[in-house]
Amino acid sequence: MARVGVFICHCGTNISGAMDITRVVEAARKMPMVVTASDNKYTCSEPGQASVRQAIADNKLNRVVIAACSPRMHEPTFRKAVAAAGLNPYLLEIANIREQCSWVHAHDRKKATDKAIELVKIAVAKVIRHEPLYPREVPVTKRALVIGGGITGIQAALDIANAGHEVVLLEQEPTIGGRMAQLDKTFPTLDCSACILTPKMVDVANHPNIRLITYAEIKEVRGFVGNFKVEIMQKARKVDHTKCTGCGTCWQKCPEKSPSEFDLGLGNRPSIYIPFAQAVPAKPVIDTDHCRYIKYLQWVADGEQGKKPPECRICEKICPTGSIAWDQEPQTITEEFGAVVVATGFQVYDHRHYEEYGGGAYPDVISGMQLERLMNASGPTGGEIIRPSDGAHPKTVAFVCCVGSRDQAKGRTYCSKVCCMYTAKHAIMLKEHDPHVQCYIFYIDVRAGGKDFEEFYLRALDDAGAIYIKGRPSKIYQDGKKMIVLVEHALMGRPIEVAADLVVLATGMEPRTGADRLAQKLNISYNTYHFLVEAHPKLRPVETQTDGIFVAGACVGPRDIPESVAQGSAAAAKVVGLFSRDALVTDPVTSVVNRDRCIGCLLCIAVCPYKAIDCETTRDKRVVAVVNESLCKGCGLCVGACRPKAVDLRGFTSQQILEEVNSLWS
Amino acid sequence: MIETDRYAYYPGCCAKASAKEYDATTRLVCQALGIELVELENWVCCGASSAHSVDKLLGITLPAQELQSAARLNLDLVASCSLCFSRLKIAAHELKNENIRNQVSEILNEKIPANPRNGVKHLLQVLESHMDKIPLKKPLKDLKVACYYGCLLGRPKEIAEFEDEENPQVMDKIISRLGGEPVEWGFKAECCGGSHIFTRQDIVLKLSHRLLYQAKQAGADCLAVVCPVCHSNLDAMQKSIDAEYKDKVDLPALYITQLIGLAAGLPVKKLMFDKLFVDPIPLLRRKGLV
Repeated sequence: MARVGVFICHCGTNISGAMDITRVVEAARKMPMVVTASDNKYTCSEPGQASVRQAIADNKLNRVVIAACSPRMHEPTFRKAVAAAGLNPYLLEIANIREQCSWVHAHDRKKATDKAIELVKIAVAKVIRHEPLYPREVPVTKRALVIGGGITGIQAALDIANAGHEVVLLEQEPTIGGRMAQLDKTFPTLDCSACILTPKMVDVANHPNIRLITYAEIKEVRGFVGNFKVEIMQKARKVDHTKCTGCGTCWQKCPEKSPSEFDLGLGNRPSIYIPFAQAVPAKPVIDTDHCRYIKYLQWVADGEQGKKPPECRICEKICPTGSIAWDQEPQTITEEFGAVVVATGFQVYDHRHYEEYGGGAYPDVISGMQLERLMNASGPTGGEIIRPSDGAHPKTVAFVCCVGSRDQAKGRTYCSKVCCMYTAKHAIMLKEHDPHVQCYIFYIDVRAGGKDFEEFYLRALDDAGAIYIKGRPSKIYQDGKKMIVLVEHALMGRPIEVAADLVVLATGMEPRTGADRLAQKLNISYNTYHFLVEAHPKLRPVETQTDGIFVAGACVGPRDIPESVAQGSAAAAKVVGLFSRDALVTDPVTSVVNRDRCIGCLLCIAVCPYKAIDCETTRDKRVVAVVNESLCKGCGLCVGACRPKAVDLRGFTSQQILEEVNSLWS
Repeated sequence: MIETDRYAYYPGCCAKASAKEYDATTRLVCQALGIELVELENWVCCGASSAHSVDKLLGITLPAQELQSAARLNLDLVASCSLCFSRLKIAAHELKNENIRNQVSEILNEKIPANPRNGVKHLLQVLESHMDKIPLKKPLKDLKVACYYGCLLGRPKEIAEFEDEENPQVMDKIISRLGGEPVEWGFKAECCGGSHIFTRQDIVLKLSHRLLYQAKQAGADCLAVVCPVCHSNLDAMQKSIDAEYKDKVDLPALYITQLIGLAAGLPVKKLMFDKLFVDPIPLLRRKGLV
């Protein structure tokens, strides 16, 4: 005989403000099998939970209904409370009278009360049919995958590895280091970016617990927390890294040059290359789009049409270790992991979308990242700041803030957060490089929210003498050798023109191209800009809705270096916490097949999004479906698809759902 | 289905005064391309800059009348003037608001439908869709043309529904089709000063001078224009601009329809080049086009 207790929460005034709680309590008392019904200001608080536990003991309750917020919010809390009183935690049902009632019907008190009563009634009808469920345990593979070898991924990998666990660090480019490796100095301390980053890169390469896989991408991810199976696609480097010593003879002699991705097109690199001098691994890859021999092979394959291209193969001829491997093809590596950290970072917004600023046609309108490369001593100009068009030293430099950020017309409403500060840094650095430089900075607001940021901004103003002008430029055009910036000086309220030698666009951050596809493979969410979505923006910033998958750094939203590092460490702490257990408890709310009823049509296998259903042959030679409970997420699609009604979902059985519906008629 | 080679035509006031050559060549070129223009009956001024600056409702009601006339013909409405086009588009947009629609319906004493079947187009869009039919008798070989769209054609983007408001392409495509060379320049969609010519001539002289100067810098032989207001600023005011800025611009500004007519081999006399202030004939003669 079921003995149900109903507990109705006020949630402060969140629920009680919109309905008559007393009437809900009274109605609940009259519902079938309900032994006690009471209300509480905050049921989730410790006194609230204590009153639930006390009521269970006092009234010998064996079923509990909590009418409060969404089960997504506090179902785990109340399951624990019920378990503490000695009941099976699955003998609980939540009636959501907040998100689905008081918050949406705040304008009509009577109807909200009526609806709350019905929601409680439904929950009571269902909970009567609940049965105890028991979680199972699955083992944990204590090995982590970190996707993305920027500063965030490096930090996460090092922290997990230092805790004694194996880590695979995956990077799609030929080297780790990410965007931070391209920067010259960092704000607000002006310490050299490479000087603080490259030692960490070396640590990664030398760490006994870290295996580095560069120039590779995720192909497929299967499995679940503690037991992921990941297929990694290793792109063809055409260089055998087991033989290569990284001596550098090949890339010094390669005759075919193309624009360097690392220097954002400001300089050239050979076709067999390492992206920059301190690259890790310091072993080259061959760019198959530009390599002369690959082009020659293509020409042969195309039937030797047209002029014969040079065969080249210089790198092969001079390589002292015979490492060039023309026949190397992409490889698929399959690895097992217990947890995944996604740290795919950002890319710089492409300012070619701004036609009003020349759409990328003016060589002297560059992005902030390009200026970083021009200022960098190991950059294409050796640290000499010159105009890309004619090599002259710019004396007047205009900076335009919020390019690709805070601009609804370009579909980018968010603030990229770092641009105000890096522009201030550029102004200070330019003045240090050449005291005769005058900087003009066009801004919407100067956002200097961070430790020592405001002081840094004042340094740009007072020490570097940068002239800050409030207004978003409407147009940039060339007049002879000068770039003319048209802008409304918002504080003077009239249009002005500034003639500059060089214009630097403070381009914002956007997620890496392909972040959405990766998220789909990992079964995690992303927003309209393709930034990944955390499980809770405040309380679970590095977790996702998929257990065992963590996110960190600028792939979640614009972040500066300290924040990215903190997030990398936070994600590592979560992974290490997960690995501290030998087994994981799985949710028993899964589907189950009644083998006597199953006709072996296997439609359920086709509809299952988690590949959780398989088939087997019974002793009487019938084919039946069987559910892998570790993989099953309890979505119930198979239940809907099953024609003979052989599949049922524990915790949401067809009988329980029918009782819910029936209760509304009785 | 709205027909695609028959349009309701709204000439606009300039067609009867300062831009007679635009109106005449528009009709001529459309005829040559098999586009039938049905001139609206009893059309009135769109209100231009003046009406909406003093009374928003008036600024909507005037073009709403033309929209209604076109709706009665069940034809898309085409305007050749960018300012008229802008006012018609804005009115069509504002009339989506029920409150405004009711007010205007009451003034016009006529029920305005919530979702009219016909739309508003600029002449350029119509010409683009019929571009393939232009008979290329006299290709505009070696003629470097700076296509000037003006600031109103594409703005505001959501209402004008034209093209990229900063770097539109249709006119450049048409010039290429005519065998000419559209030059790359950054001032295609910048303001010429518009109707400030009546009140603040200094603004127009400054903005239009910049346009002409930039077009010349880009290597243009002439401008192609699609708005009578822009045209009078860039053509009729060139003398004043030269005087003000001690410059010698000498850059003919032709209507796109005149250039199409020229390439299509229509009689030069009918293209009314004599109506222009900056005589294009010496240029066209140099290029062997007349």
